[in-house]
Amino acid sequence: MISTSVPKRLAILLLAVLTVLALFPVWGKLVFAAKFAFLMQKLTGIMILAILAMSLDLLVGMAGLVSFGHAAFFGLGGYMLAMLSPQYEAANLWLVLPAAVATSALAATVVGFLSIRSSGIYFIMVTLAFGQMGFYFFNDSKAAGGSDGAYVHVKPAVEAFGVTLLDLDQKLTFFYVALGAMVAVYAFLKVLLASPFGRVVSAIGVNENRVQGLGFNPRAYKLAAFVIAGGVAGLAGFLAASQYGFVNPAMLGWHQSGHVLVMVILGGMGTLFGPVLGAFILELAHFAFESMTDHWLLPMGALIIAIVLLLPKGVAGLLLQWGKDKEDAT
Amino acid sequence: MSQSDFILETRALTKVFGGLVANSEVTIGFRERQAHAVIGPNGAGKSTFVNLLTGHLTPSGGQVLLKGANIAGFPAHKVSRLGIGRSYQKTNVFPSFTCFENTRLAAQSRLATSMRFFRPACSYKAVSEQAGCALEAAGLGPKASRMAGALSYGEQRQLEIAMVLATAPEILVLDEPLAGMGKEESEKMVGLLKGLARDYTLILVEHDMDAVFAIAEVLSVMVNGTLLESGPLEQVRASRAVQDAYLGDGAEAY
Repeated sequence: MISTSVPKRLAILLLAVLTVLALFPVWGKLVFAAKFAFLMQKLTGIMILAILAMSLDLLVGMAGLVSFGHAAFFGLGGYMLAMLSPQYEAANLWLVLPAAVATSALAATVVGFLSIRSSGIYFIMVTLAFGQMGFYFFNDSKAAGGSDGAYVHVKPAVEAFGVTLLDLDQKLTFFYVALGAMVAVYAFLKVLLASPFGRVVSAIGVNENRVQGLGFNPRAYKLAAFVIAGGVAGLAGFLAASQYGFVNPAMLGWHQSGHVLVMVILGGMGTLFGPVLGAFILELAHFAFESMTDHWLLPMGALIIAIVLLLPKGVAGLLLQWGKDKEDAT
Repeated sequence: MSQSDFILETRALTKVFGGLVANSEVTIGFRERQAHAVIGPNGAGKSTFVNLLTGHLTPSGGQVLLKGANIAGFPAHKVSRLGIGRSYQKTNVFPSFTCFENTRLAAQSRLATSMRFFRPACSYKAVSEQAGCALEAAGLGPKASRMAGALSYGEQRQLEIAMVLATAPEILVLDEPLAGMGKEESEKMVGLLKGLARDYTLILVEHDMDAVFAIAEVLSVMVNGTLLESGPLEQVRASRAVQDAYLGDGAEAY
């Protein structure tokens, strides 16, 4: 019934890709040998960025809110872990994770409340300004290491009744935690989009005026979407800080916001799986070009321009077309 | 004239855009379950009037009384929830939603809130029923699962009406429902509107005179932002002032 559903063929293809990714710890070791450990870390990082990209897609692709300050909530989630962790002991994940997500969501409530009354280019500028405020707050304050950033010396402990459930120090465990989080966030946003709330938010992205004419207060729904997206971004930031054991102000900056925005646009706005693909394509291309040449920005730019020119609806648009064609043919 | 005569009325409703007076002290009363057409040449201020009635614009002065209570300046979503549904001159359906999803979204607006995050929208039975009824009433029942963007123009106009009906309004404000329609489509739509006129208070802004005469019982004529004449169909039709405004020196193109 839901018009945003993924065609069957495409769903199978995506599941296959996900399976290949999930089995990377098995086949990657054989294929890449020396580079395996590095690639594990890289893929884990990309999956975390994919979570961030999906959360931004809720705003950009669904609600029509082009936020240029989304990384602020990502960085804030990471900083919460750094600041709440005891110096040489593990923080309790069950306390720190909700605190990080809640803080990001709370910040998003304030920023959203103040910025959602504007729209279009003004919304972009206002969110950019708030994002930079977040950047300079951590850059210039002494509380969390200032411009040097801060370390998370010990990864948070995942325990229940004194039993360690997961050891996040294990690269392999963390890989699957990130994978699990990515799949869970996708499922969560899918459910959200099928709910009455999700239908209203999706409609706002198409025609806000009409949605209001039908009796919905668009501001309330946009704010709720902004808060949810901020919370999910906080989760991604928390995971990123746990993985690298380090946070710095650049996590919150406009550079990071723009980077994620490119992932969403290249991948295909409003499709959820598109931004995930966007994260993988952009990061893996970056990695590949960088290992080939010092001037990696040049082919990177060419790739982005090529995708934008050839695939106006992103990679997901192409895949959806392919899925539909197959469906029509059968 | 007592208040209870009108379900909806405007008193000296005025809208000024910079130096342009789009609506100047417009006073019109709409009776319950009456089909009331508002006509006038292009630029007469009809669309502004509709936008003022439905909260899409904030009046510069005057009142909009719904059952005696002033609702002037209420935002559009509040006006809709008070039972005034409107359709748009420009087709305003959601093309990437199916017909049913369009009306379901509309019907969903009658829930106390749509801040419901987990249960799928398709599992709300009462909402789905209301949406289905609205589609049937607008004659789109068989097209429920079609994408709105794939409908013909006339069908999109029908869907536009179905969406308004799905919000369970008391008063229907229809802004040029026949705009851009072919002859056959128009006839179908006029039939639909005649049916609606029996069940709802109908406020119809329309250019097509044949349609207006077929549907409306009461006629208001606007010219240059002011109300020229208002009254029963035949009376207004015979009015000298109206004939001048419409036929006048023939300079008015519409």
